Parts: sequence; C-alpha cells; structure tokens
Amino acid sequence: MKVEVVKDILSANEQIAQENRRLFDKKGVFVLNIMAAPGAGKTSLIERTIEPLRDRLRISVIEGDVASTIDADRIARLGIPAVQINTGGACHLDANMIRYALPRLPLDETDLLLIENVGNLICPTGFALGAHLKAMIASTPEGDDKPYKYPGMFSAVDVLVLNKVDLLPLLEFDLETFRRGVEALNPDVAFFPVSCKTGEGVQGWTEWLVERCRTG
Amino acid sequence: MHELAVTQSMLNLALEHAERAGAGRITRINLVIGELSGIVDDCVQFYFDFVSKGTPAEGAQLAFERLPAWLSCRACGHEFALRNGDWTCPVCQALGGEFIAGRECYMESIEVE
Repeated sequence: MKVEVVKDILSANEQIAQENRRLFDKKGVFVLNIMAAPGAGKTSLIERTIEPLRDRLRISVIEGDVASTIDADRIARLGIPAVQINTGGACHLDANMIRYALPRLPLDETDLLLIENVGNLICPTGFALGAHLKAMIASTPEGDDKPYKYPGMFSAVDVLVLNKVDLLPLLEFDLETFRRGVEALNPDVAFFPVSCKTGEGVQGWTEWLVERCRTG
Repeated sequence: MHELAVTQSMLNLALEHAERAGAGRITRINLVIGELSGIVDDCVQFYFDFVSKGTPAEGAQLAFERLPAWLSCRACGHEFALRNGDWTCPVCQALGGEFIAGRECYMESIEVE
C-alpha cells in the first residue's frame, strides 16, 4: 500500500525556526544568521560590528562551532553576552540548537542577535534558524570562483560581505569575476567589500545593518 | 554533508505516516531531492540502514528522484537547467537567473505493508 506524504523532510526544523522567529519578534530582537567558510572572518566581522554599534544597540551573540569555546570567549571578552553551541561534529546549526541556547541569553535586553553558524558553504543553507536576515561572508583568499562553485549559498543570502580586501594586491582575485557571479545568482543582494583587519568598508556594512535592524 | 540530520528527520517523518496509516512495516520510501540540496544518496542510505534498525522502517528501500537545478532568466524569462555551473541563458545569453527548482528535499510517499 502506498501512503502519500508530500512533506519537506526538514519540516520539523522549519516549524521550530518559525517558533524561534515568533519569540524574536515578541521580544523585539533582530536576528542575523552569519554563514561562511572556515576562516573567512565571521568572528572578526562580529567583533568589528560590535565595536561601533555597542553604544547604539544592545547586542548578543550565539557562536556555533564543531568544538571549543574559543569564539564565544573572544566575544565575552568584549563584555557582550555570548553563548557557545558545540555541534559535536554536525556541519551546521539547526533551529532546535538555537531554541535551546536562547534561555541562556538576555533576550529582553537585546536589540540585535548575531548568530555565527558553523564554517561551511553547503549545509547551513538547508536549515532555517528563524533569523530575519541571512548573511554570508566570503573572503578574497578563497578565490573569485566561489559564487560559481557554491550557487546554493550565494543565491540564498540577503547580504554578502567580502572580507580581506586589503589582500587584493597580493592575490589573483578578480573582483569583477566575483561580482559577475554574485550578480547572476543574486542581483538584489546587498554587497559590502571590507577588511576586518584595517577597518576599510566596515562602516558601510554597520550602517546598513542598523537601518535594517530599525526597519525590521 | 548533513545527511545524518536529514536521515533522522526522514525516518521520523516516515514512521509517523506509517503509524497513522496503521501499517506494520515500511518497505520503500520515495524521496525527491534537488541538485542544490547537497544531499548525497549513498550517504543517506548508509545512515538510514543504521538509524532505522529495530524500527518498522528497517530494511526499507530508499528511492531517490533527483531534480536538476532550473533557472528562470531574468532578462527574457526563458527557463533552463543549470549545466555544469553555466548560468548563461541559451536563448538571450544573459547571465544568471532565479532558481525555480533544485532545492527540493521532500518525501513524496512511503510504501507499507
């Protein structure tokens, strides 16, 4: 006997993501899901974002990693509430992990929650967390061909930050090739070339984020 | 790469529907998987054999219907399949488009006894 199902396999995750979203909206917390390859500069960008915004917005952070509390410790040193999720091998955060982390954060005193996903360009796109915006950080040493190789990620995000532009003179990274790939996949994406090391371009990104945070 | 999580969700979904149908055993699970979903069939089957042990789905055959990624050209609206990472519209040569298929990851049906 055949039984019709026709249901998304990850519908359970989707349902929890929607519950997370309802909680965020009730508490007035704007949430960003930050995805990138390992080493692209997720934690560095979070630090660079906190710096100019901490007097304007109350920020909390969730750090997702396979192991260690290195990233959450970095953020906690800035005096910002941070929770580390160790996925114990899993290649992405899912909505349920976020749900369990939330009680450990001061949501009532948070305007902006930055969630740093596990370093990976494939899996995190499959799992909604309940965030308002999906952000991707690419970095110049990864190469200008990445949009062509990871269309799933590049087409799924609302904002793209290209980090380590201070290295451009040293690399064979063609910004036009990169931009063409991004444009083809995701013409509406907000794009910010930055250097978390020198601070170049960071202000454009943080001002955009404040504006999005305000408009919801 | 996240096949274990996907497989676990898949098993739960199949068991839930089998129970609702009053079935004793699941013999086959029909899945529809898009090219962009990043799911590797062999990997899912491997995990499935492991996590389904001792459940009514043990020994069930997984059938994968793979769907290619399809783009809709933003310039002329022509719909075309993504071939080897080439996003050029075969009609008007514009680059890129909106993904209209390829992210699917759903269970179409199960076969039970």
